[in-house]
Amino acid sequence: MRSDVAQFNLSAPPSLDAVLAQLAAEPGKHTPIAGGTELMVALNTGRLTQKSLVSIHHLKELRFIRVDDDAIHIGSGTTFTDIRNNTTIASDFPLLIQSASWTGTIANQNRATLGGNICNASPAADTPPALLAHGATITLINKAGTRTLPYTEFHLSYKKTVLRPDELVHSVSLPRNFSGYRQYIRKVGTRNALAISKIALAALAKLEGDKIADIRLGAASLTDRPVRCTATEAALLDKSLGPKSIDATIRAARAALASETHTIDDIRSTAKYRAAVAGNLLEEFLRSLTA
Amino acid sequence: MSNIHLTVNGKQESLDVSPMKRLLDLLREDLHLTGTKEGCGEGECGACAVLVDGVLVNSCLVPALQVSGSRICTIEGVSTEGRLHPIQQCFLERGGAQCGICTPGMILATHHLLDKHPNPTLEQIQEGLAGNLCRCTGYMRIFESVQEAAKLGSI
Repeated sequence: MRSDVAQFNLSAPPSLDAVLAQLAAEPGKHTPIAGGTELMVALNTGRLTQKSLVSIHHLKELRFIRVDDDAIHIGSGTTFTDIRNNTTIASDFPLLIQSASWTGTIANQNRATLGGNICNASPAADTPPALLAHGATITLINKAGTRTLPYTEFHLSYKKTVLRPDELVHSVSLPRNFSGYRQYIRKVGTRNALAISKIALAALAKLEGDKIADIRLGAASLTDRPVRCTATEAALLDKSLGPKSIDATIRAARAALASETHTIDDIRSTAKYRAAVAGNLLEEFLRSLTA
Repeated sequence: MSNIHLTVNGKQESLDVSPMKRLLDLLREDLHLTGTKEGCGEGECGACAVLVDGVLVNSCLVPALQVSGSRICTIEGVSTEGRLHPIQQCFLERGGAQCGICTPGMILATHHLLDKHPNPTLEQIQEGLAGNLCRCTGYMRIFESVQEAAKLGSI
């Protein structure tokens, strides 16, 4: 049942400072809305509980992609279309481009923002695995100033984040130090377009000979939040993918991944299927490294 | 209520509406432009697709206040002086339109696609229209319609 729109208020303060002042004046009262591809669905299905919204869609201060020598900084109001059109992201962060292309459809990508995808905090969201694998940091802003933390610390549990009621995500920064890394990303869903993932894995690895010198794994739907698979990474570090040891390395990696997997049964899949497929994706990535 | 100014199909409009009113409802109820259809109401089917400042969006997911000052193009604004746009003509001739519910969104998604990719590959057509569901045609005739429109250089 659709909500009665007259019950909701929406304002659009003219600047980022004005929005932050409004959030600071009445913390928790106003919910930021960017592209609307999540909150408007909630409105249309009668699930939107927040009655007062503040638009941040028009804020130019949050819609930018800035490239430095050692990092790229993406404003939270950057749309998925903006991301897909950026040549530096395309060359340095193909995993992010791929995951942006999975997020909804063209019409949704034209509106939906990176910040919205992160703040909605779904464990199945498309971009977090790539951001986690790339060691992203996230900068939050309120009226008093900014704070920057590793993106691994942003998600607390299912749909819970460290974002305070008076804060917005300002930007996400990705270090540009992955030349020489092999990259992998795969999403398993019911169909190619539009489907929300059952499981997804983004991976980066650097080899020295047959040995894994560095490895970074980010996953969706493996637990109640997007996660970096640190136990699996530890189990793989310095291990050999040579012909004599690859099977043992993969066995140990699959066991480590299972140890940090807490998959759930829900409308999209079963815990058993998710756990099996997560192991298969990891194995597919590891075997691809020897090719 | 909020006072909203916008330009729809070249005509300037000024409306007093709830700021959270969906652009879809603003078009259909306040401006009586019923060519834009509602399908799923969740941004999955594309029946409500329109162009906002030249960009394809699902109008069921856009609050009215966020389009204040924007230029909107709906299916009613695609034809000129009573003559079908070449994209519309191609859909008509190639059987790309059957029951008609998806057609307005399909035409606008095609418009957006050909704007970005004047000579799209089949893969680009499939991706460009992946957000527009059709339950009649099986899509092949729609893809042929888009290919024909591209051949005519219709944008």
